[in-house]
Amino acid sequence: MTVCGHVKYKVTCEMTATIPVRMARSALVGTARALLSLRAIDLPPPGAHPRIYVANHVSHADFVALWSVLPKPQRLRTRPVAGADYWQASNLKRWIADQVFRAVLIDRDPAKRQTDPVETVANVLRAGEDVIFFPEGTRNLTDAPLLPLKSGIFHLAHAAPMAEIVPAWILNLDRILPKGSILPVPLNCAVRFGAPLRPDKDESRDAFLIRLAEAMLALSDRRI
Amino acid sequence: MSRFYSPSAFVFYGLFAFLIVATLIARTLIRRGKVGGDTARNLMDRIWAWWVMIGVLALIFTLGATAITVFFALCSVAALREFATITHTRRADHDALAVAFYVVLPLQYLLVWLHVPIFATLLIPVYCFLLLPVVTVFKGEVKDFLTRVSETQWGLMVCVYCVSHIPAILQLDIPGYRYSAFTLVAWLILVVQASDVLQYVWGKSLGRHLLAPRVSPSKTVEGLLGGMLSASLLGMALAGITPFAWWQAGLVALVVTTFGFLGGLIMSAIKRDRGVKDWGTLVQGHGGILDRLDSLVFSAPVFLHILAWGWL
Repeated sequence: MTVCGHVKYKVTCEMTATIPVRMARSALVGTARALLSLRAIDLPPPGAHPRIYVANHVSHADFVALWSVLPKPQRLRTRPVAGADYWQASNLKRWIADQVFRAVLIDRDPAKRQTDPVETVANVLRAGEDVIFFPEGTRNLTDAPLLPLKSGIFHLAHAAPMAEIVPAWILNLDRILPKGSILPVPLNCAVRFGAPLRPDKDESRDAFLIRLAEAMLALSDRRI
Repeated sequence: MSRFYSPSAFVFYGLFAFLIVATLIARTLIRRGKVGGDTARNLMDRIWAWWVMIGVLALIFTLGATAITVFFALCSVAALREFATITHTRRADHDALAVAFYVVLPLQYLLVWLHVPIFATLLIPVYCFLLLPVVTVFKGEVKDFLTRVSETQWGLMVCVYCVSHIPAILQLDIPGYRYSAFTLVAWLILVVQASDVLQYVWGKSLGRHLLAPRVSPSKTVEGLLGGMLSASLLGMALAGITPFAWWQAGLVALVVTTFGFLGGLIMSAIKRDRGVKDWGTLVQGHGGILDRLDSLVFSAPVFLHILAWGWL
């Protein structure tokens, strides 16, 4: 894939997306924004570096919310990282993942996987695109606000050192669609962003993961 | 085409004329540098939001009673969403909230639209009060139980029950009144919202003594009195389109603006307690929809009762 900077990429993406794909995107973004009264708080203006948006993960709608809340030019070059096992389960899911969100699908099972997931995501960043990454590794179904972060984000940050990590916190989505329920209740939802960060030169894995978790938790104030 | 010559239509013509003047004045003030920066931006945002709100109201008034009922039902959804967002409700309240949004709210407006006042009056204050906590109690989560069920009930009362009294006015049949009840809804909204705006204007220009500094740092005695009295004069001046004599119109306007003010104060106290400045961000420059509806919420039921039971 040859991509020369973000502006050019946006054009290609708009041109190549088929009409059903664009309609599905508009419908999703429109529904998310109308139902959730979704808005971004403190989103840092786009810079020269590709971004890894890292957020808390409490519901299936998380990446839709984070994706929908971004301004359109940023949204079109932002790809959620998701589990291949779930999104390749049916043709419809595969179409949504590949076409609508242009998800970066990774194999979560270390025993069976052929490719290195960190390398897969790093390639996307090297090509100048942004990704949405849930560093907890799985949905948080506990009462704790955040699970201990997996080491994936640390390895990714080293594999793609030009990328900046933007911590984000998705507010109230856990109340809109709590675990075990299928009916969302409309509440005002927002995504709060923090200042971009990177691992320091000699920072250990654990120190970095703790620093990142703290940066994320600092955004979790429910008052919006 | 009579709807374009009705008294409520002329209320809107007056409002649009007023908005044009307000927009011109604001732009002149900004161009001459009398106001600038954030104040100017907020002023233009507010005026623009008024254009949208009055434009939407004018449109739904032209479309008829069903459109008005549907519009206020949607207002209720947005308001309840704002209210529920800042409550203590937790996972165990999810089903009760779902019932509130998807069953109670549509049912209340259906009852209003079908004109079954007895059920519309009892549904939320009695049956939701009795039955909605039942949905929650079987979840077995007892922590803050009273707080949580009370908050849900309050949300329904404020955002659904009270708001539904506005379209309910349309169903009234007032003997000896030559205009349709649309006119009365327009009169109520005009007087109550004018009181809000005038309280802001009087408060900004003459306000000295804070009324309730711990609840609302911007409300002043001067603003309150000036706003309520001038809005009541406006209501009195429009007595011709109401079923009231001029002094009755002034008195009713005073009552609804008083309740409107109290509503704003009570809703401010809730915001203050929950640590938020505005209910939401739906209305540019104004905050959430509840920030705009709070005074109407508390005055609409009283106004309906005055009309329905012929207190004057």
